[in-house]
Amino acid sequence: MPIISLQNLWKSFDRRQVLQDMSIDVEQGESLVIVGGSGTGKSVTLKHIIGLLKPDKGRVVIDGQDLATLKEVELNQFRRRFGMSFQEGALFDSMSVFENIAFPLRRHTKMTEKEIRERVHECLEDVHLHNVVRKRPSELSGGMRRRVGFARAISLKPEILLFDEPTTGLDPVISDVIAELIEEMDVKLGTTTVTITHDMKVAFKIADRVAMLYQGHIIEQGTPEEFQRSKNPIVEQFIEGRAQGPLTDD
Amino acid sequence: MNTLFDRIGRTFLRLFEQTGLWFDALWRTIAWMFRPPYDVGEWFRQMVRVGVDSIPVVFLTTMFTGMVMSLQVHQGFARVHAEQFVASVVALAMLRELSPVLVGLMVTGRVGSSMAAEIGTMRVTEQLDALKALATEPIQYLFVPRVLAGVIMLPFLCILGDALGIYGGYLVSVKLMNTNPVIYKQNTFQFLQLNDVWVGLIKSSVFGLILTLTGCVRGYYTTGGAEGVGRATTYAVVSASLIILLSDFFLTKLLF
Repeated sequence: MPIISLQNLWKSFDRRQVLQDMSIDVEQGESLVIVGGSGTGKSVTLKHIIGLLKPDKGRVVIDGQDLATLKEVELNQFRRRFGMSFQEGALFDSMSVFENIAFPLRRHTKMTEKEIRERVHECLEDVHLHNVVRKRPSELSGGMRRRVGFARAISLKPEILLFDEPTTGLDPVISDVIAELIEEMDVKLGTTTVTITHDMKVAFKIADRVAMLYQGHIIEQGTPEEFQRSKNPIVEQFIEGRAQGPLTDD
Repeated sequence: MNTLFDRIGRTFLRLFEQTGLWFDALWRTIAWMFRPPYDVGEWFRQMVRVGVDSIPVVFLTTMFTGMVMSLQVHQGFARVHAEQFVASVVALAMLRELSPVLVGLMVTGRVGSSMAAEIGTMRVTEQLDALKALATEPIQYLFVPRVLAGVIMLPFLCILGDALGIYGGYLVSVKLMNTNPVIYKQNTFQFLQLNDVWVGLIKSSVFGLILTLTGCVRGYYTTGGAEGVGRATTYAVVSASLIILLSDFFLTKLLF
């Protein structure tokens, strides 16, 4: 049984249809990367998985549990099984790095301050960050903010990790560092990972399976090798990053 | 003509929508208030922000209003030789009306706006989504401490405003208008009833709820980046001030 199952999702905002009959499953321990152009509904898909958005039609089933059947409080409890990293980190700017990572530990565990301190340092080591605990998010670079976001996401040892555009806006070297970090965390923590990105280099590096979202539904999926060999002209154009092709003809 | 009706219709729809969102937020705030975990530290932090940090602005506003009130009433009452009632009028006006309303409006400008800006910025930078992703309900973590702080701290600020306003009136009457201080003090308390104090306190507590919840709701439903945050802040102050002034009439009628 897949741990994440998105079944025939439809979602629109005002009059704009974003997801149209979108379905995909993710197996336990798998690293799925969803790629697609800007505005194709990648972030919307990710937000459905964690219950931040509700579909107009269709079902989101996590580990056999349909999210629509959960009450507000139950959904809140259910989210402890997830760790999510946001595009720009979404760190709480009123808190220091330490407080950001300690936040879920203080709220959802009975850990002592000493244990929390140890866990925060452990998480920061996992993302290769040192001497930043006292800093404020505004004092960090883009790459560091993402990494602190990762550290916060893994602090409760989640079963499922979600990464929303982890390398957008970063230089190629830092992007590669972040990709390696995701790969490393995936292996070390053994979590199920769903990443959305439009950076194909990152996608091929971290994915067990790549899926492409286009016009609100999945048009192609497979292992990185299968995906690269795809004869779908839309996929080909996206991988090659060509200006001419079916993607730009629409 | 169609456009005019269209606009009127849209305005009413928006009004109903906003009212619905406000009451929905009120209901959810009450419901989340009684669910653990209780962020007692955050409750106190917000109480300091709403209450203690507002003391200077309340001090100046109510003190000077009491002074002006005394000056104006004295001028008017002198025409009918009723200067002895100045103290009673100042005290009654401050307790029942001026202190709660002025405190409500000033704290709206100071705190309601900053709450809308703070939560609005959290919305546009995905911090609210991050809170939810961390299994924390924003209503519980952000709304509950702020609304509690408003409901609890505004009456204290109102008491302070009452005292300062009455003292301001006393200063002007005694020092500038040469009223006998003993008689002024006697007249201040002569016609007062305990009910006058309660009316002001109940009003200020309701105003505390209105200004904090409006700030939170406006911030929570912010859309459109920095411009949206600016708009939310302005709307928060304008709508909370209007609701305070409108509800003041109905509360006065109810509690008269």
